[in-house]
Amino acid sequence: MAQFRLPPNSRIAKGKAWPAPEGAKRPRRFKIYRYDPDGADNPRLDTYTVDLDDCGPMVLDAIIKIKNEVDSTLAFRRSCREGVCGSCAFNIGGTNTLACTSFIADYRGDIAIYPLPHLPVVKDLVPDLTQAYAQLASVEPWLKTRTPAPERERLQSPEDREKLDGLWECVLCFSCSTSCPSYWWNGERYLGPAVLLQAYRWIADSRDEYTGERLDDLEDPFRLYRCHTIMNCTNTCPKHLNPAKAIAETKKLMVARQ
Amino acid sequence: MASDPPARRDRPLSPHLQVYKPQWTSVLSILHRITGVALALGTLLLVWWLAAAASSAAYFAWIQGIVASWPGIVLLIAWAFALYYHLCNGIRHLFWDAGIGLELGPARASGMVVLAAATALTVLSAVIALTPAGAPA
Repeated sequence: MAQFRLPPNSRIAKGKAWPAPEGAKRPRRFKIYRYDPDGADNPRLDTYTVDLDDCGPMVLDAIIKIKNEVDSTLAFRRSCREGVCGSCAFNIGGTNTLACTSFIADYRGDIAIYPLPHLPVVKDLVPDLTQAYAQLASVEPWLKTRTPAPERERLQSPEDREKLDGLWECVLCFSCSTSCPSYWWNGERYLGPAVLLQAYRWIADSRDEYTGERLDDLEDPFRLYRCHTIMNCTNTCPKHLNPAKAIAETKKLMVARQ
Repeated sequence: MASDPPARRDRPLSPHLQVYKPQWTSVLSILHRITGVALALGTLLLVWWLAAAASSAAYFAWIQGIVASWPGIVLLIAWAFALYYHLCNGIRHLFWDAGIGLELGPARASGMVVLAAATALTVLSAVIALTPAGAPA
């Protein structure tokens, strides 16, 4: 049964407001979720003020600036700062996206930043993705073949290769899965849009020879069919991919093979 | 070691419904679920109403008094909307099941069409139902 309220240890307390930089011409407030695993307190929402005249254009620039110059205890993941690593996915301004490809200018008023929704929090903006990674591993996201390896590459026509466009670009940031109410309520059994997109990426690959087994593995009331086509996944994907369509194509294949 | 490390606290759950902004995707989806539940409840009341008609004139008149009261009429109109929305959105889901209209643009457009169609059909039904019999059209 879905638990709509946050458990008592997860309710967010009022945090502290850090002083604004002096003489800031374009101050902007960032409200950031904080949780200290070494303390005894509940999570809280701290307010930081950044002078946008003295900061890069992206939300990630502001978060890094806060860590460098205001509060070094702020914990978050980031790496490539150009939308290819998938590390800096947060809930920013109410939807999930990558902080490195989100312009501060695209948000109005205070910018609220939370960790990806409905996940256990390790510290601050760092959620525990262990389960999501285990689910990804469960779909065996690699090329599987029965035929003996050819002397050179396994070839694919340009048309068959084109079928993988919109699938291979996923950076596994899990913005989509953690935007999905179905994944919130049934995440321990439903695979979620990110993992189902990966599963379909191999189902759709003309070189893969385990399509039937892959479909067998997904044919389950929970693993695949908890998708109710809500489409929050596609709406939030920072790479503009379409997990909802990948899931629908998988469901079509299930029907077609009956 | 001199002492054991402190026991790890239960990790808090990050906020979900509390912080996720309602999206046109999620709002239309939950509306489908809510109208489905409303229809199930409305069907029970419809059965009650029909059973009353079959039992006795006095009992039917009593039920009819409730149904024809203002709150009753408002509820009937709400149920009419639930029926039309669930029907139209169900057709939208059938297209999706065929793999059609799953891109963001068409999905949003079809959602707005469903809302508009359900509203128009509800208004039309209300006008027809509430026009006194024999009145000029």
